[in-house]
Amino acid sequence: MSDMHSHSVGFVRDSVIPPAPPPALESGIVKWMRTNLFAGWSNTLLTLVALYALYLVLSVLVPWITNGVWNASNIRECREIMQGSGGGCFAVIADRWQQLIFGFQYPEESYWRPSLAFILLFIAVAPLLFSKIFPRNLLILTAVYPFLAFYLIWGGSILIPIMAMVGFGAGYLVYSKLVTNSFAAGFFGGVAAAVVVWYLGGFITGAMPGFLALEPVASRDMGGFMLNMILGVICVSLSLPFGILLALGRQSDLPVVKGICVVFIEFVRGVPLITLLFVANVVLAYFLPPGTSFDLILRVIIMITLFASAYIAEVIRGGLAALPKGQYEAANSLGLDYTQSMRLIILPQALKISIPGIVNVAVGLFKDTTLVSVISMFDIVGLIRGPILASTDWNGVYWELFGFAALLFFIVCYGISQYSQWLERQLATDHR
Amino acid sequence: MKKSVFLGALTVSSLLAGAAAAATLDDVKARGTLNCGVVTGLAGFGAPDANGRWEGFDVSYCRAVAAAVLGDPEAVEFIPTTGKTRFTALASGEIDVLARNTTWTFSRDTDLKFDFIGVNYYDGQGFLVPKGLGVTSAKDLDGATVCIQTGTTTELNLADFFRANNISYEPVPIETNAEAIQQYLAGACDTYTTDASGLAATRATFEAPGDHVVLPEIISKEPLGPLVRHGDNEWGDIARWTLNALITAEELGITSANVADMAGTPGTNPEINRLLGTEGELGAMIGLESDWAKNAIAASGNYGEIFEKNIGENTPIGIARGLNAQWTNGGLLYAPPFR
Repeated sequence: MSDMHSHSVGFVRDSVIPPAPPPALESGIVKWMRTNLFAGWSNTLLTLVALYALYLVLSVLVPWITNGVWNASNIRECREIMQGSGGGCFAVIADRWQQLIFGFQYPEESYWRPSLAFILLFIAVAPLLFSKIFPRNLLILTAVYPFLAFYLIWGGSILIPIMAMVGFGAGYLVYSKLVTNSFAAGFFGGVAAAVVVWYLGGFITGAMPGFLALEPVASRDMGGFMLNMILGVICVSLSLPFGILLALGRQSDLPVVKGICVVFIEFVRGVPLITLLFVANVVLAYFLPPGTSFDLILRVIIMITLFASAYIAEVIRGGLAALPKGQYEAANSLGLDYTQSMRLIILPQALKISIPGIVNVAVGLFKDTTLVSVISMFDIVGLIRGPILASTDWNGVYWELFGFAALLFFIVCYGISQYSQWLERQLATDHR
Repeated sequence: MKKSVFLGALTVSSLLAGAAAAATLDDVKARGTLNCGVVTGLAGFGAPDANGRWEGFDVSYCRAVAAAVLGDPEAVEFIPTTGKTRFTALASGEIDVLARNTTWTFSRDTDLKFDFIGVNYYDGQGFLVPKGLGVTSAKDLDGATVCIQTGTTTELNLADFFRANNISYEPVPIETNAEAIQQYLAGACDTYTTDASGLAATRATFEAPGDHVVLPEIISKEPLGPLVRHGDNEWGDIARWTLNALITAEELGITSANVADMAGTPGTNPEINRLLGTEGELGAMIGLESDWAKNAIAASGNYGEIFEKNIGENTPIGIARGLNAQWTNGGLLYAPPFR
């Protein structure tokens, strides 16, 4: 057999073939395109259609941006420079960016104040948002920030925000002394202490109105994207605690508390925000005695906060409902009272579940702040629709202005959404 | 929306009519500033410029009133109002006078408890069409789609006009002028209708204004004027005669340039002397200083100067005087005598 074998097999390979590169069609970019773009005739067709659509968009967008005019004093000059090249008239942004950001009445020499407040905002929220990175006692910055920002943006004597802060501090001290006895005693004691301090502080600020005073700026002079930021930041941060209280109140066993919370939430959610804003602007003026000027921004902040807290309450109620009943029972069996069990066991878990919903509400709320343009406040959209488009210089420039506004909003909203996704990953303790 | 605002304003303003009737003049003097309701932005009529200073045809009237009452044309707090908030702002006392290209109509004057103090601009509703449409008269617009701003008198005029001529149309409701321009240029509507002054301003912003025409028909009377709350007649008189002073100043040839000279020494024309306070006691009769009219005219000029500076033929808006010329020039401006 052995010699038979040597005759029948002419060649025996005794070494390994050197590795060859894969065929060109099965490697690299070509393979990626074949599998992802041109796998089968239907995919090929869709790819071609998509490419054509992309071409259509880009063929307008690219010249619009690259041929854009940044130096012109009015739209007619813009058109003259462009000569129909399809560019955008971005000169309007160069000409009016200060108005778009700060509003047209904010004193120009004071632009550094809201800018500084904006930068400090990041420092203030950083310990709150990235609690694992920053030490806990930096939270004091967060607590001081609202008063500092008020002082910077609105101006006036520094004593006013300081007195407000002292009042809060006194209230908190009394609260922490009394809360060991009972929550109610702590709460009402704290409120009473704060009111007393504020009342006494009123005399001090009244006596020294010019102490370390920045030039005061009236609320009516706020405008532009700054107004959107002010409304968005204040209303979101205020509506969160209110939303939590409402959500807990709605689950309460006390019929009166529960009733009030249910009626409030259902009423506010059943009414469009814009009607609430009209109430704030128009109707409230009738109920106040003539001559009183209850600050318009304050009225709007109250209305938007009410609106947002009802939505956040419902989101948090969803989080509370999602917790297994065992968690509540476990907290009870440890002997924790209601506030302790909520604070230590229930809310940390419920809030974690609610993060996507809360962020959703926050982003929506921030964008809803543009609705104030309808009640003749000059936020960024109001400024574009009113003064800028009404000026004979820029009447007729739409895409560039609204594109700019959209860009600003996109940056903020995308940032919020990315943060919430990061936070979810940080807090992910679920079973994977 | 419009109706409910009207009804709400009616109810509450009638409740408040008594309370708010107290002297506005005293309030303004005590406050030191005039609260003037203006438009949030309308080319030529009122808008803040690049430096944040309010400019415009209606705005100039506000400054004139402030100058007459307080002696300082800058002592004005401009309160921007939208078409929906303007009447409640006035009725609630938030503003002292509303100068916001508001049409004088019967129901606004009576039902809403306001007093129109005169007409500072005679307007009328017209139609803007592309030349390519081949329409030469508004009566050819049978079956046309019409862009129309909601909540304004133009909406009602349009319905009246088409019904009276027994032709049909399809309204495209829009909220703002900017939206209307977009819709119109995109071809979403065959014609855009609003006040002729607005059409002229709008057409001036087009890339090719020559491709569009304003049809000859003016289908409504739109006398635009400032208004005050009903019931405070002293304040109404001040607002009314400030406007009349501006109109009379043009008629008598008093301008912002020569008003100081003319007021310095009594001239030969007794009416000029009475108006500028060098003769007689007209100022005291309305509770103001004797140089009230001089200050009002010095603020931004007489009616003609204000017109030419803001909306006249040398501005991009380019409106001819037309009906708004002095009665001596074939227009409708006819101020009662200062006597």
